[in-house]
Amino acid sequence: MTARPAATRRRPRLAVWKFASCDGCQLTVLDCEDELLAIAAEVEIAYFLEASSATGRGPYDLSLVEGSITTPADLRRIRHVRRVSKRLVTIGACATAGGIQALRDFADVREFASIIYARPDYIATLERSTPISAHVPVDFELRGCPIDGRQLLEVISAFLAGRRPCVPAHSVCVECKARGNVCVMVAHGTPCLGPVTQAGCGALCPAFNRGCYGCFGPMESPNTRALNAQLRELGMSTPELVRVYRTFNATEEPFRQASEEAGDDA
Amino acid sequence: MTHKSIRIGALARVEGEGSLLVRARDGRVTDVELNIYEPPRFFEALLRGRAHTEPPDITARICGICPVAYQMSACQAIESACGAEVTGPLRDLRLLLYYGEWIESHALHIHLLHAPDFLGYDSGVAMAADHRPVLERGLALKKAGNELVAALGGRAIHPVNVRVGGFYRVPARTELAPVAERLRHARDQALATVEWVAGFDFPDVEHDYRFLALSHPAEYAILSGSISVSDGTAFAASDWPAHIVEEQVPRSTALHARLDGSTGYLVGALARYALNAHLLSPLARSAASDAGLGPVCRNPFRSIVVRAVEILHACDEALRIIEDYTEPDAPSVPVEPRPGVGHGVSEAPRGTLYHRYRIDDTGLIAEADIVPPTSQNQARIEMDLRHLVEPRLDLPRGELAALCERTVRNHDPCISCSAHFLDLRLDR
Repeated sequence: MTARPAATRRRPRLAVWKFASCDGCQLTVLDCEDELLAIAAEVEIAYFLEASSATGRGPYDLSLVEGSITTPADLRRIRHVRRVSKRLVTIGACATAGGIQALRDFADVREFASIIYARPDYIATLERSTPISAHVPVDFELRGCPIDGRQLLEVISAFLAGRRPCVPAHSVCVECKARGNVCVMVAHGTPCLGPVTQAGCGALCPAFNRGCYGCFGPMESPNTRALNAQLRELGMSTPELVRVYRTFNATEEPFRQASEEAGDDA
Repeated sequence: MTHKSIRIGALARVEGEGSLLVRARDGRVTDVELNIYEPPRFFEALLRGRAHTEPPDITARICGICPVAYQMSACQAIESACGAEVTGPLRDLRLLLYYGEWIESHALHIHLLHAPDFLGYDSGVAMAADHRPVLERGLALKKAGNELVAALGGRAIHPVNVRVGGFYRVPARTELAPVAERLRHARDQALATVEWVAGFDFPDVEHDYRFLALSHPAEYAILSGSISVSDGTAFAASDWPAHIVEEQVPRSTALHARLDGSTGYLVGALARYALNAHLLSPLARSAASDAGLGPVCRNPFRSIVVRAVEILHACDEALRIIEDYTEPDAPSVPVEPRPGVGHGVSEAPRGTLYHRYRIDDTGLIAEADIVPPTSQNQARIEMDLRHLVEPRLDLPRGELAALCERTVRNHDPCISCSAHFLDLRLDR
């Protein structure tokens, strides 16, 4: 990458924030081993606690936000992050859909806390795990559990260039065909969420003879009713159908509906 | 009466979010608290009612830095509950995948999180201004680890190819040839890394650690074995609950793990090295000796050297596995659910990781219990801080605070992992 000398221009300022999450999506930034130093030449990494002790004050041109909102303190913090960010992009299933910890939505969070903690009254937690967009305006949502590194680079490049990121909203099936995979559902009878799941992973699971498990969340127009009928045909029971949608994007509306419909159809 | 308190609101260059408080009065340290303010995610609760096949994918999401560790401890716990065992080439492939994670995680910690402390930079990226070739070598090494995980698992973070009983798909011998090519290069880079970090300036500090790690008669244990303690105790994974108890400490926000009644034992690279160094590959053993490591290393600042030696060992062993690999007959062994309890222990890059599951008579998980390395190390890290700070209370505040942060980083804590199990107190 050729760049003008840094002294002649102001580099855009990047911040990376973490809420309830596993750190995997922000790690994806550091996993861009070939591009990391080039990124650092183009943007000033002004706030990225996992990678640097230097914490530059806002405002920031681009904030990448990982994790979901699950505590009263984080509810206040995300509003602060929005105030100091010109553009805010959520990265990953937690920030975009509430993550695996949103399974509490289908249970009683006080009971969850009492299973683990001797003194659950010490735990400050909200009843639900919510995506960032439930609290502040979000400029773009990048999906995946975890996000895909190439898509992340596309998003950062697009925001630096002032254009919309080119991130397709079609299903994993499209990627699967493009990759030349054999359809695991048709050829092997393996249940697969590929038809209702957004592309972006590169159709990884089918390439490993496994059905897609929906870690990128619902595609733009998912026909879960038709898929559910097919999954039952392949031998999935009602509880299995309910569970298959209740993982990392469980509270995304199409997946929530699909799991509830599967339960109702029983 | 003189008071001094050091508060670090947000620890940098650690995985996850934590803070630190040290208070002293009249030359004595009165309080040390390594606090976790990460929100809990309730994994042990949400695993209840899931199928016996689901923990590898679900628990991987506890930690983006060491998902393979979670998958391996989970698989082995479920398999032991169901009376299944994964052996031969399938076990070798698991080891190979796990070595990839060690390489990736250790290379990250050494170059981007830990080395900046020794060279006086805020970050690895800032270090690149003066040490670019070294940082590029570190990133290449990290990439080699990630590529190994991706080759076997599909992707570096939350691999998709791991299942209870083995894998969904196993590689052909020919697929591993390009991986081996990269690993040979990585092994050279690892050797250079050992030499590089061995030349750092280490504070003269030693602690009388009580070490705990997995031990195996024939391997520098990573995937299986019995649990060994440096005082000579050893016990099987299934006896873990009889020896290790997590307790809530009222003055602290942390659950402290107690080993046979006493607190403050250490897991991780220093513990593995102390208990198992004789089983390192010959190349790693000689590199360790050239780097000035004795049979036991009690200086936590030198853990960076031990991690580099472990990368070298991981490259060496990964190459040996690829060399000997024959494709198994099936990508997995059948694991039928049955009511019972299973225990699984493996060595995550930052220390021993324990899982226990109880499966009910419908094949679903009735109980899950997970003990991550950092919640075991937390009490010991606080002891390190106390011992370090007390004789140095006269240092300027900034210098002392920096030394405290370094003391925490020495043990590569994964707060994201531990947070979901530790108690949490928020000032409101």
